[in-house]
Amino acid sequence: MTAASGLAVDQAARPPVLWASLLKDALLAALVAALLALPLVGLQTYDIGGGALGIRTHFDWVAIGAAAVFAGRLVLRLSLQLRGFRGISRETPLSHLATWASRQTLPITLAGIAFAVALPLLPFSSRYVIDLGTTVLIYVMLGWGLNVVVGLAGLLDLGYVAFYAVGAYTFGLLAHDLDFTFWEALPFSGLVAASFGIILGFPVLRLRGDYLAIVTLGFGEIIRIVLLNWAPVTGGPNGIGGIPRPSFFGLPFARSAPEGVATFHQFFGLEFSPDHRVIFLYFVILGMALVTNLFTLRIRRLPLGRAWEALREDEVACRALGINPTNVKLSAFAIGAMFGGLAGCFFATRQGFISPESFTFIESATILAIVVLGGMGSQMGVVLAAILLVTLPEFGRAFAEFRMLIFGAAMVAVMVWRPRGLISHREPTLRLGAAPAGDAGQ
Amino acid sequence: MIEAGEGRVPLLAVEHLTMRFGGLTAVDNLSFTAYRDEITAVIGPNGAGKTTVFNCLTGFYRPSAGRLAMNLNGETLRLERLQGFRIARRARIARTFQNVRLFAGMSVLENLIVAQHNPLMAASAFSVGGLFGLPRFRAAERAAIDRARYWLDKLALTEHADRMAGVLPYGAQRRLEIARALCTGPALLCLDEPAAGLNPRESAELNNLLLAIRAEEGIGILLIEHDMSVVMGISDHVIVLDYGRKIADGTPAEVRADPNVIKAYLGEDELHDAPGPAPLRPLAGGEGGARADGAGG
Repeated sequence: MTAASGLAVDQAARPPVLWASLLKDALLAALVAALLALPLVGLQTYDIGGGALGIRTHFDWVAIGAAAVFAGRLVLRLSLQLRGFRGISRETPLSHLATWASRQTLPITLAGIAFAVALPLLPFSSRYVIDLGTTVLIYVMLGWGLNVVVGLAGLLDLGYVAFYAVGAYTFGLLAHDLDFTFWEALPFSGLVAASFGIILGFPVLRLRGDYLAIVTLGFGEIIRIVLLNWAPVTGGPNGIGGIPRPSFFGLPFARSAPEGVATFHQFFGLEFSPDHRVIFLYFVILGMALVTNLFTLRIRRLPLGRAWEALREDEVACRALGINPTNVKLSAFAIGAMFGGLAGCFFATRQGFISPESFTFIESATILAIVVLGGMGSQMGVVLAAILLVTLPEFGRAFAEFRMLIFGAAMVAVMVWRPRGLISHREPTLRLGAAPAGDAGQ
Repeated sequence: MIEAGEGRVPLLAVEHLTMRFGGLTAVDNLSFTAYRDEITAVIGPNGAGKTTVFNCLTGFYRPSAGRLAMNLNGETLRLERLQGFRIARRARIARTFQNVRLFAGMSVLENLIVAQHNPLMAASAFSVGGLFGLPRFRAAERAAIDRARYWLDKLALTEHADRMAGVLPYGAQRRLEIARALCTGPALLCLDEPAAGLNPRESAELNNLLLAIRAEEGIGILLIEHDMSVVMGISDHVIVLDYGRKIADGTPAEVRADPNVIKAYLGEDELHDAPGPAPLRPLAGGEGGARADGAGG
């Protein structure tokens, strides 16, 4: 905003706060908010009987909203200005915490895994909590998968949900037509999704950034629309139902099983409880997510993972160093897609029913938001962001229609305070100082 | 012209190289040879086509005509027939860029390890073996780190090894780019204005470094440079381009005295010829440089 320092107030040892420009800026924001709110909030239609609609006005709400925006904007700008004048560059307690967290990866990871394993046994745990945990873990796994493509290889993919759908439908079709079980279908889901990753990869090899994003967005929609319209195979909008639940090493989770087959609770001599299956599903996705993480952490330290990151940094330099950009890109697409497919397979078995409705663009956007919010390339950031993005709307349930508003506000807040994501610090994959372990072997 | 002396090993033979962009002929029928254990400099006014030659050599452009032959232990590789990214590995040509192109978000050491991607990738059995930490991969990685350490020491970058490449001072970034190119194990090192933006002390250090590489590593160096103290001080062999044509080819002393070169440089103010980041410095470095400058300006 242009400075108009007429009302500048000089405070001791602090440069003047430019009140005039602050007020002008806040007024402008309030005006924009009022203009937006006028039709969205200020006018409400209702049924006056006989199929006709009347209009109620809520101009008081518009005024309250504009006032709130005015105050919020003023406080935000003021705090930014004061902080800027203290000469401290973006060093907030939050950023210290994030840097500290990214340095203490091992203890935090172990604590996180311990908590995740213990969750079903904790006193506050309930079926609802475990279900929520399962959903969070699906998104964590998807986030980690997309992180390979977006965070490491730097290829902006807006159609990631396509691979999720491919994995889910692979299992759905294999189960429906060939009676595959979850464990038999799991590798196929990963493989088919990875092949689709390569199929998508080929035409977009020469694209980067926005252009790549548009093509991948289209790819996601193509997959969904094919699933919707290829009714003879995919069941169209009706989807595929009756997808089998996973078994525990061949022991089904059921109250009673056909002759000759022991169920889980019979085998272990437990009282039957439907919670067993829910807890088992939770542990399955926990294991799958951990394998994803382990794989990604490992591959980041391999030449392939470093080539992904190098490609993100500078493709021209990669070529000059003899790295084949085609292979590197396709491998990133394939491995990212594979994890999406595996997660999709799990999604299918958890729901027991899949339809194209589950694989809309909003899912891609959510997964991408998890990666970006978490900090591109950060594995722990993905976990934090997934917990935030999945549980926040749940907590918001108490506020009914305001939950999306709260959700949006939280997103804005994170992007204001942590513009590069919750955890943006990157540790090198190897250090000269840490090499002695390898040297000792020589 | 330089006589083909005793024991000179031709490394790269450029024959009748022509590169056209639409109606513009950037490089016109250029022929020269670069030898092992020698520093060959390509100089010329801005827009003379120097970087275009480099881009043809390293596979970023496909030449419109001509023959680019790299001799490796008796085997001849035709560069214009190789896919761009294969040139670094097969023909063992490494390059740096006029505007430094590092992997800025990765550490210095990682930059040097990425440069050794191909041998490491093979040792990791295309990641399958690496995932399980096979001993063969571990050994290859140790060797890669040792090679990186060697070049870090040589280029005085060891203290920066674990820092992010993007935060290094400019001079160190330039050196890192050279170190990264050397980590690929090249037979021919192509440097695109390595002294651009360096201060006189750094520039003198660069001279010593290039001389040491020439003396010890058994490789050839091909150099584009505006800094005459570098060109005249260390080159064995200078090729002068103007409007895409070769106008002179010989030892620094021969080139300096060549009337065509004097004409080409007289035609325009020397200062316009300066590389972007730094003006052409007083040519204190080599005694020959000063005279070339005098002849030019």
